Amino acid sequence: MARFAPLLPEIILAIGGLVLMMAAAFTGRRGTAAINWLAVALLAVATLALIGPPSHAGPIFDGLVSADLFASFGKAVMFPAAAVAIIAAHGWFERGTEHASEYAVLILFAAVGMSVMVSATSLISLYVGLELNSLAGYVLASYRRRDERSAEAGLKYFVLGALASGILLYGISLLYGFTGTTSFAGVAAAFGRGAPTLGLLFGLVFLLAGLAFKISAVPFHMWTPDVYEGAPTPVTTFFATAPKVAGVLLAVRVCVEALGPATDAWRQIVIFAALASIFLGAVAAYGQTNIKRLLAYSSINNVGFALIGLSAGTPQGVSSVLFYMTIYVVMTAGAFLCVLWMRDADGEPIETIASLSGLSQTRPGFAAAFAIFMFSLAGVPPLFGFWPKLLVFNAAVSAGYVALAVAGIIGAVIGAYYYLKIVKVMYMDEPAPAYARVRAPVQGALVFLAAIGVSPVGYLLIAPLSALTDRAAGSLF
Amino acid sequence: MTNLPWLTILIAVPLIAAAVALFLSASGARWLALIATIIDFDIGIYLWSNYNPDGAQWQFVERLPIGGGISWALGIDGIALVLIMLTLFLMPICIGASWRAIQKRVPEYMAVFLLMEALMLGVFAAQDLFLFYVFFEGGLIPMYLIIGIWGGVERIKASYKFFLYTFLGSVLMLIAMIYMVAVSGTTSIPALMAYNFPPDVQRWLWVAFFASFAVKLPMWPLHTWLPDAHVQAPTAGSVILAGILLKLGGYGFIRFSLPMFPQGSVDFIPFVFVLSGVAVVYTSLVALVQRDMKKLIAYSSVAHMAFVTFGLFAMNRQGIEGAMIVMLSHGLVSGALFLVVGVIYDRLHTREIAVYGGLSNNMPGYALLFMVFTMAAVGLPGTSGFVGEFLSLMGTYHASTWAAIAGTTGIILGACYMLLLYWRICFGTARTPEAATMVDLSAREWWLLAPIALAVLWMGIYPESFIRPIRNDVGRILTRVESVAPAGDSHLTLPGAKLRAFDAQDHGAHH
Repeated sequence: MARFAPLLPEIILAIGGLVLMMAAAFTGRRGTAAINWLAVALLAVATLALIGPPSHAGPIFDGLVSADLFASFGKAVMFPAAAVAIIAAHGWFERGTEHASEYAVLILFAAVGMSVMVSATSLISLYVGLELNSLAGYVLASYRRRDERSAEAGLKYFVLGALASGILLYGISLLYGFTGTTSFAGVAAAFGRGAPTLGLLFGLVFLLAGLAFKISAVPFHMWTPDVYEGAPTPVTTFFATAPKVAGVLLAVRVCVEALGPATDAWRQIVIFAALASIFLGAVAAYGQTNIKRLLAYSSINNVGFALIGLSAGTPQGVSSVLFYMTIYVVMTAGAFLCVLWMRDADGEPIETIASLSGLSQTRPGFAAAFAIFMFSLAGVPPLFGFWPKLLVFNAAVSAGYVALAVAGIIGAVIGAYYYLKIVKVMYMDEPAPAYARVRAPVQGALVFLAAIGVSPVGYLLIAPLSALTDRAAGSLF
Repeated sequence: MTNLPWLTILIAVPLIAAAVALFLSASGARWLALIATIIDFDIGIYLWSNYNPDGAQWQFVERLPIGGGISWALGIDGIALVLIMLTLFLMPICIGASWRAIQKRVPEYMAVFLLMEALMLGVFAAQDLFLFYVFFEGGLIPMYLIIGIWGGVERIKASYKFFLYTFLGSVLMLIAMIYMVAVSGTTSIPALMAYNFPPDVQRWLWVAFFASFAVKLPMWPLHTWLPDAHVQAPTAGSVILAGILLKLGGYGFIRFSLPMFPQGSVDFIPFVFVLSGVAVVYTSLVALVQRDMKKLIAYSSVAHMAFVTFGLFAMNRQGIEGAMIVMLSHGLVSGALFLVVGVIYDRLHTREIAVYGGLSNNMPGYALLFMVFTMAAVGLPGTSGFVGEFLSLMGTYHASTWAAIAGTTGIILGACYMLLLYWRICFGTARTPEAATMVDLSAREWWLLAPIALAVLWMGIYPESFIRPIRNDVGRILTRVESVAPAGDSHLTLPGAKLRAFDAQDHGAHH
């Protein structure tokens, strides 16, 4: 039994998810609230199960997955983020005709997939984890199946996701064909033997392209705005947080563990994707009138900054990526929880930026929280969103990439414009009709906590959090 | 008493008041803001009286590591002290100036102003590089809101322009800071002030810092955000902007550029002098043709700030001390001039110069105070403006005759536009019937303007009070730059030098 101890979080989530799925099937809509809370409880238990030595026991199942601090750190960020996405759905799906209760179950399965993704040390387990997460994601995107936009989002996500999986698999098969192994260590050893052959390089490029799809890095970002806009808002909250972390962490592990000796080969790809994501994410957001589309571009932009940390290719760089993604999840989840509150008198969601007009006068607390998230996403000090940006630039400069840091930071200034625009709409324009008040104390508490966390109070977290990210990053090298 | 973390308290008082003000009524928020700023001013007086000008370089030092390499490190030298005093002095006046002028969303307004004060104090007190940056950039958010929410008709454009301009300037500085920390291994500002970077690195770092400070100061041609921001900001916002925010640029030069990159500074002296020379002449000419009073004063600010850069980059004692006095004096005088404009704007709601005239007839008290501030802006002996500009130009003359010629031209032009403004507003006859019926200063307005007038005269008559705290610190900066500073072109060699040499020989023979 001891050899299953490192897998305890995944076992809890998988078995719990299966049980809840049966419960959902038999209780129907009546059991929604209970199932949601049970799913949140399962995620909490799974997070607690990360504590202790088994979570960093080393490679298991002949090196298919690895239980290390890097994976545990990722899970400790993703499980709570998934729980937030479940809490965000309270009172959302009950109004439609859909089955409300399977939502939480799908999130649980996606969480298992993500957790395999961040622990994967073999190309096979990488793909299995990715697909488990993605399949749950396709269903979630089209969860309101009678809503045309949701169905379209699901279809689009599925088609493009399948294409990405194909590209990824092609890359994997090339790597397997030229190295004869699927384990990360074996691939690294093959790359370590002198200059990589053309076949290996092609494998590397296809593998990274497939991963870039999953983290919506430019030029593989096209699905993101449409899917984010079309999917129900709680689902978008989920897409923008936990799977993003899983994807970025997976990319980090692949680059460092499997492609480590070929750093010079992947670094130029990562640098291009980083800068392209930052600038496209910043520029394309200008004309958006839909808040969810805008936040989609914001997530593309943020992935670019995380990739700057990765391109340093040092433990410091990986640590900065982990820090960045943690704070990114808090800011983004907070911002989406605010978007969930944008509803008209009938409880129907409103998504236009114009409807935020004058919010500071009708709902000052809501506006202040949203403004904090916007300034923080823009990376303006003294808000805490500044610190992870500083860390990734610091990693880039320490690795000798000063020009990259300068280009990235100019992108940050361009991006600041649209975050400012939201603040301007809320604080400087005349009030629009007020939103209906939503009674959601738990969501309110989460927004409050997130806003406090990214306010200057967050600086108190630097010491413990960077100690954790440093140790987690260290376990990869 | 002296063991208390006074600088933290100084920053905490307005912060706490800002948080509380949000939950009060309009009048409650006004009183709270006033009381909090006055308490803070009292703490400042305590700091000033306990500051020992001959003591250690850094006093009231606090240090508390936060993690990730940065610490909550505060401490002040004389330069920071006088600028903190300027901030503390202007703040209650700003609150008073907004007492009646701001009627919408008063609690938020007061909260944002108090936040602004806390951040500005933090900038001057910070001893950690990244802590400085956090405070320095943090000031953008409240100012963005002040201009954007309570500003004039074109406020949105002005607020964007202000924010993005200054943000872009500063991020390059951030990269330079990251680089400095990576190379030197410390984030402590005092340690970095003694660290010697290689000369070619210094040049790059100097440029990155210059981008930030030159936008803040502002220097021609990066000044274009300033007139917009000033014209659109509410009166108190303009006072803060001119009085304190612009000083961040000068403070940055004196704290970072000169002591940390002496070689870089020296290499760019001609560049700075040319920009300053153009600024002082060009913006003075622009000011001369303005029809809007606030715009005129805004352009005059750019011209006055050129005296700061002239003085600082002259790299001698007179120049640097003069630059400091110009900064303090300009903080008071331009702040006061914006208040003076605000007084008549509150009455007629227009800033067109052409609407007014003959105010000395119906507003004698107003005309008197306006006269004091006009004279101080012109640089009349006996006012603070004279001391600063004279010292700064004297220093400049030692470094470069041509720069001094440009600077003195600016003084003449400054007298032109300021006297013209005063003449058109206060003398002659009223051009509109409304202007003729305006009432003189109220008691509140006297309370706002009279203290500034007294401070201006104090600084003009006995500048030693303000030079004393900074003397040793200027000396320390000079020791950093002196070894590399160029000789200057105005050392008299004929015939005075011969006489002195003869004199010395003569004396020597007697002994």
